[in-house]
Amino acid sequence: MSAPGRESENSRDTRGGDSSGVNSTAWDRRSVLRAAGGLAALGALSACGSNTGRPVGGSSGKGLTQYFHAYGEAGTEQAIRRYAKDFGKAEVTTQWITGTNFESKLFSALLSSDAPDVFEFHPQIHMVKARQIVPLDDIIAPVKDDFHAADIASHTMDGKIWGIRMIDDPKFLYYRKSLLEKAGLEPPTTLDALIEAAAKLTTDKVKGLYLGNNLSDIARPMVWSSGAELLTPTNEIAYHTDELVTGLRTLRTLFTSGSLLLDAPADYWDPSAFNQGLTAMQWCGMWAMPAIQKAHGDDVGIIPFPKVTDTGRPSLINGGWSMFVSSKAKDVDLAKEYVKWLWLDRTDYQQDWCLGYGFHIPPRKSLAAKADQLKQGLAAEGVALSERYGHYDNPAFTQAMLNALEGVIADSVRDDKDPEAALDTCDKKVRRELTTLFG
Amino acid sequence: MARTSVNKATARSFWLFTGPFLIGLIVFVYVPIGWSAWLSLFEARSTVTPTTFVGLDNYVQMLTDEAFVDSLVTFTVFAAIVTPVTWAFSLTLALMVNRLRFMRAFFRSVFFLPTACSFVAASLIWKMSVFSGVRFGLANTVLGWFGIDNIAWLASPDPPWYWLVIVTVRLWLQSGFYMILFLAALQNIPPSLYEAAAIDGAERGWQTFRYITLPQLRATSTAVILLLLIAAYQAFDEFFNLLAKTTWGRPPLVELYFTALGENQDYGRGSAGALILTVLICVVTLLQGKFLGFGRGEEEK
Repeated sequence: MSAPGRESENSRDTRGGDSSGVNSTAWDRRSVLRAAGGLAALGALSACGSNTGRPVGGSSGKGLTQYFHAYGEAGTEQAIRRYAKDFGKAEVTTQWITGTNFESKLFSALLSSDAPDVFEFHPQIHMVKARQIVPLDDIIAPVKDDFHAADIASHTMDGKIWGIRMIDDPKFLYYRKSLLEKAGLEPPTTLDALIEAAAKLTTDKVKGLYLGNNLSDIARPMVWSSGAELLTPTNEIAYHTDELVTGLRTLRTLFTSGSLLLDAPADYWDPSAFNQGLTAMQWCGMWAMPAIQKAHGDDVGIIPFPKVTDTGRPSLINGGWSMFVSSKAKDVDLAKEYVKWLWLDRTDYQQDWCLGYGFHIPPRKSLAAKADQLKQGLAAEGVALSERYGHYDNPAFTQAMLNALEGVIADSVRDDKDPEAALDTCDKKVRRELTTLFG
Repeated sequence: MARTSVNKATARSFWLFTGPFLIGLIVFVYVPIGWSAWLSLFEARSTVTPTTFVGLDNYVQMLTDEAFVDSLVTFTVFAAIVTPVTWAFSLTLALMVNRLRFMRAFFRSVFFLPTACSFVAASLIWKMSVFSGVRFGLANTVLGWFGIDNIAWLASPDPPWYWLVIVTVRLWLQSGFYMILFLAALQNIPPSLYEAAAIDGAERGWQTFRYITLPQLRATSTAVILLLLIAAYQAFDEFFNLLAKTTWGRPPLVELYFTALGENQDYGRGSAGALILTVLICVVTLLQGKFLGFGRGEEEK
């Protein structure tokens, strides 16, 4: 008998087995169907009660949806919901979005009919060009002068103000004073010194330095500290310099040196790695200061990101979050009224939001003047560093451009590609963005 | 006459049963595909109702885009590793469980259980506790016993440890399911075949396995390989959750996600990429059908 013949006979055997199996369990199939029907009914029922982002029988009948990324500090979510409840003129539903891709979720939601009415983000001009947000000049006008000038400047695009700053968040390098002293080190002022310090501070238990699991957050400080800017005032590429190329090569030596903490369970924005003693120095934000001081007391110092080359300067990110009103809001006026009520009128809530959970610098001068917690010790140093070395958002440098720049870190620091080539790839993407936005 | 009414009744029940699914198929599958095809011919940034017609420009851009072409390579590498490894591993599990004389149901359930876990949850466990880069990560703890330094599994593409993380998480999640398929097939092999082989003097173990068990599992093996390939094509969660801010290790779906839905919001290019991918999947499936004979009816033989 030939081999193929045997095969087909065998497969027929298998089939016979299968069909008898099906017959013997015919009742079973029916019960499965019944169960499936039951599940579907359950699904329909639960849909009624699920959080669809719409208010269910609100007193005033009006509803607003707001998007927030998940803040790490305890109590923040409850605080935001508590403020919203107090509004009174509409039922405000909060979507507290966890995970690392808040911007992706926000951007796709903004395109759909289910767009949030108000949301927090950073000032970026593509939202203006795509008409996704509405100008807020009329509500901010009375208190405009009370805001930090840089926060007004960064939110002014095409001559209008498009967002209300809620918090200013400088990011810097935290270090353990005692560990540096023990190693006979001064706080580093150059990238080379930082790498040397990281090496000396590394033991079998503690790594010298933590810049985040993927190092992408120091992409912008690398540019500034090598003496360059992200874009020129006329919105052309300004980051691509020889100094940055040199700096990236140096950073690659740090990455491969073994003195960098990598793949930690919590990323840079969470002080856990620093607080648990996994690293002697960490790139983190002002928001984590209360938690860090609780863990290490006075044994903590802060420095800006050191200069990358001799012609560079120390720098740090003055990040933060702002409120925007979606142009797709069901009731734009109501959404604006809510933003005005909470982020312009209710200074008590603004104060609570800035200082009650983590530390954030209030963007309003009158509130900053009253922020006693930020007037002494390490927090005061943080405010001073932010004023001196901080770079605020450049709204023309959009998320897509930032992603392209972070790709340079991935290619030339984490991977072994030539920084020059990596920057060329980045240039191509950024130029495409710039052409789309500014022609 | 009677015949037409029977036909009518048949037609009615045909539409009654297939109608809802057909409507679902049209609304959720064919309309989006058509919309994608339309979008792919436009400059569609931050909008799904574009106005600027660009012809085949998006296709040219995608096919010359290094990242997209790399993603096809990434997928091929992934499928080439994960398919045979999962096939072999689940077959081994099935053979072992099939041999058990007691507690078979227990082990069958234990190995099947991971199938119930979601890829996202498993990825996070793999990332934060099993393959975390700190000294107390599970993998690093084990390496530590042998005096080997900590490894940052996911941070760097060289050496490509991230493949180990990605393949093991899928292996852990999937093997149990395919083990069940193999178990069912193993139990369908008539004992008479083994008896005949024993009489003919075949040795138990390798010889029996090679000439009786393996050929008898041919149909199941083909199905398992096909299912594994489809699953590999759909891989998204573990890559998305395990690899953050990388320029490597992105299969096509992740790449397209970042093109269309991520920060770029480029629906034109995203749709062009999706259609290129669809064509590729069709071609591969057809070729596979030709070579493996899967889906060919009995009567054609």
